[in-house]
Amino acid sequence: MPDSTTLVSYDEAVARYEPLIGLETHVELGTTTKLFCGCPAAFGGEPNTHVCPVCLGLPGALPVPSRAAIEYTIRIGLALNCSIAHWCRFARKNYFYPDMPKNFQISQYDEPLCTGGWLDVTLDEAGPDGSPRTFRVGIERVHLEEDTGKSQHMGGATGRIHGADYSLVDYNRAGIPLVEIVTRPVEGTGALAPAVAHAYVKELRDLLRSLGVSDVRMEEGSLRCDVNTSLSPRGSGQWGTRTETKNVNSLRSVERAVRYEIERQAAVLDTGKRVIQETRHFHEDSGITTPGRSKEEAQDYRYFPEPDLVPLAPPAGWVEQIRAALPELPAARRARLQQAWDITAAEMTDIRNAGALDLVEQTIDAGASPADARKWWLNELARRANDAGTELASLPITPADVARVAELAASGSLNDRLARQVIEGVLAGEGTPDEVVAARGLAVVSDDAALTAAVDEAIAANPDVAGKIRAGKVAAAGALVGAVMKATRGQADASRVRELILARLTQS
Amino acid sequence: MAELIRMSAAEIAAAVRGGEVSAAEVTGAHLARIEQVDGRVRAFLHVAADEAREAARAVDRRRAAGEELGPLAGVPLALKDVFTTVGMPTTCGSAILDGWFPPYDATITRRLREAGVVILGKTNMDEFAMGSSTENSAFGPSHNPWDLGRVPGGSSGGSSAAVAAFEAPLGIGTDTGGSIRQPGAVCGVVGVKPTYGGNSRYGVVAFASSLDTPGPLARTVLDAALLHEVMSGHDPCDATSVDAPVPPVVAAARQADVNGMTIGVVPELAGEGIQPGVLGRFHDSVELLESLGAKVIEVSCPHFSYALPAYYLIAPSECSSNLARFDAMRYGLRAGDDGTHSAEEVMALTRAQGFGAEVKRRIMLGTYALSSGYYDAYYGKAQQVRTLIIRDFEAAFERVDVLISPTTPTTAFPLGERVDDPMAMYLADLCTIPSDLAGNAALSVPCGLAPEDGLPVGLQIMAPVLADDRMYRVGAAVEAALDARRGYPLLNDAKGLA
Repeated sequence: MPDSTTLVSYDEAVARYEPLIGLETHVELGTTTKLFCGCPAAFGGEPNTHVCPVCLGLPGALPVPSRAAIEYTIRIGLALNCSIAHWCRFARKNYFYPDMPKNFQISQYDEPLCTGGWLDVTLDEAGPDGSPRTFRVGIERVHLEEDTGKSQHMGGATGRIHGADYSLVDYNRAGIPLVEIVTRPVEGTGALAPAVAHAYVKELRDLLRSLGVSDVRMEEGSLRCDVNTSLSPRGSGQWGTRTETKNVNSLRSVERAVRYEIERQAAVLDTGKRVIQETRHFHEDSGITTPGRSKEEAQDYRYFPEPDLVPLAPPAGWVEQIRAALPELPAARRARLQQAWDITAAEMTDIRNAGALDLVEQTIDAGASPADARKWWLNELARRANDAGTELASLPITPADVARVAELAASGSLNDRLARQVIEGVLAGEGTPDEVVAARGLAVVSDDAALTAAVDEAIAANPDVAGKIRAGKVAAAGALVGAVMKATRGQADASRVRELILARLTQS
Repeated sequence: MAELIRMSAAEIAAAVRGGEVSAAEVTGAHLARIEQVDGRVRAFLHVAADEAREAARAVDRRRAAGEELGPLAGVPLALKDVFTTVGMPTTCGSAILDGWFPPYDATITRRLREAGVVILGKTNMDEFAMGSSTENSAFGPSHNPWDLGRVPGGSSGGSSAAVAAFEAPLGIGTDTGGSIRQPGAVCGVVGVKPTYGGNSRYGVVAFASSLDTPGPLARTVLDAALLHEVMSGHDPCDATSVDAPVPPVVAAARQADVNGMTIGVVPELAGEGIQPGVLGRFHDSVELLESLGAKVIEVSCPHFSYALPAYYLIAPSECSSNLARFDAMRYGLRAGDDGTHSAEEVMALTRAQGFGAEVKRRIMLGTYALSSGYYDAYYGKAQQVRTLIIRDFEAAFERVDVLISPTTPTTAFPLGERVDDPMAMYLADLCTIPSDLAGNAALSVPCGLAPEDGLPVGLQIMAPVLADDRMYRVGAAVEAALDARRGYPLLNDAKGLA
């Protein structure tokens, strides 16, 4: 079995071998319609309901390209610093598979729409001197193609077509526009290869979201990665044989898959064997890769220019319009906000990794201070999102709500505990923060007259504590504060209570 | 009024419009004719008698309601079985699609219906339009109404035979390498390949996408022109459809005048390999055109000699990909689905059983020509030849208005004569292929009978891209002059059904 499961430890592997990675990323575009017909491109739907003669590849049906899909692709190409072809063509990629209605895929081959760009990516881990580590990942090409249908293989052990009793095919996905983004080989990453792969996909995801071209939901398959990995002995100056790992469908998996392949290939090379050029499948559960089709017996796709379509020649004026309309890109935006909010790179990384950048920005726009906005989203709300198993952005609370809570807390109307109760009320659907405050009667009691009575009661009920304070043990006041807070059901302004206690017991 | 089945489409339409005859009567007469002769001609794979009668009655109702009728309303038509049709099967002459009822109409089918043209049924063809005799049909060949022992040409031989046998005044075919003009020529009817892109391919089951061109078959040039205008026009469902006005072909057919035109004879298509009687009628046509006031000169198109080999790389390459979809997964024949075979095996068994020999031959040729390592030498080189042929045409049309040649090297050949000799069969398209590769327009008009066999000969008239009207002008002039000289239409001499 060439599938050696012997691994070399990661540190040893990268000490002896230089990894080279490359990524092919498929992104489903968020266009209203499919690439070559008017069917909805929406995710899901009852099987085989988003179909027509064109995307079912019925005899006689013909493709007509979607202008929106081409525009989205150009937008992606421009954001990745690519050149946009003045003239290019679609090509047919021929192979038989039941989920491909025509048994060829309309794709692009030697004439892609966008070529020769780059994407700068920043790793989560800062460098040894604390400054952010960035890598420039070269982009080979960006092209447009149609997605295939989806097969479901029933009755087999593996879920693969081999061994299945029967298979079901859903063609709803067939014909959804898919953009393929191919990097150049990324050299010189050394031990950071998995982190660079991770950072690239993350940056690409953020970029695609900011461009409004895709919702980029990896779990729904709207962004799918194939990761190429090879190793060469350090200093050999040559590239090793690569494997292409498919089915890498989360950011974490990208990192794990590269790491695993480095450990596996190092073991193969250590025993003097050669790495087989092949497609491998990544398994989310076990984190390992297993061999798929061998590239050495790879099929010949018999590419040729798609004769049902005319060449694609985007006018220069149109491309410039698209360029002028590009939004601020994520890296520039992060740099701008980091400066405006006066936070560190690490703090910005935390915000970004929490998926809270938009929320924090909107909360600040709604009047909160950067510190408050960060605090609420990254602590209390992150905890609640985590408990609920949802994303921050899906919580039923708006940035304006959070800003209002922060405002009430800053003005002293709410203490921390009350503020958390207000948030809980908003999340429970009880209304705006002000409505929750009113309905639950949540307000800090800072009226001295009301508090003085409670303070006197507490002193009377705890004579020994009072005695200690009178004797100069000011720290003991905490117990009395707690008693007052309890008596006022937490609504007292704790710092004012403390002042009143100390005033009572130390004045004479 | 003449016998209904002998009337031209223009005459029928006028009579229906004028209330002299109902569309239902016209359709009834043609259905009766089909009943009477199609057992011998075998032009139709499917006769849609009920649907045709209903379509005819709808035209009559529209007329009764005072609606304006289009130029071909109430005229029956024989539709090649390669156009998708709701309510009628579409087989493409193949066992692999036997019994398939498409869920949608081809754009041309829809336009015919909207124009009140009555579709009588679906006509026989070489399987997936690959052939020149209809002998590659999975459902048996059609027969030439001039001589039932001979082929009606192909691949649109069912439509040409139906028109020649007076089963329908109009037919529609598709031309990929000559599949309208060649059957038109050997059946003694008019066959037109319009400019590529002038007629929608949406709903035309593809053979070779960059070549396939739907076009009319008719007994007169004017009828062909009337149908041409009904079929044509930009279609947003076909990305290769030309967004340009339809050339004024009806006006040109009515003009029927070549005075002052310069006409080029292509020597590469009018010499070696052409049957003497065909060549004789061609030379007569040249003299006729000169007598009608045209200036005829010789214009060499040197790269036309490479057209046939280039075609037999490009067309099979495209077909190898276009026909990949016939895999038993979604529609059509399914073989081996007994629980013992994998999906891949079912695909292979179905294709082995469902495709005929010629289709398999071309799929294999094309698969080979597109293979990695061979692409440049075959498909790539053939595309270069195609460019050179386009340049030959462009240079020629700098000097002349139209080019002419015989449509086919020979008259209709006997059934069975070439079935085992693909090269001989391929040569039937020698003269027609250049215009398919270049995408320009070409028309075949009957120009007499070959003395040696008494069978019809076609004169091919080739016009520049989107100048389809020019060939109608010339074709109508030739037709008028020959009919006048003869005193009756050529088809009166067809004795196969006598």
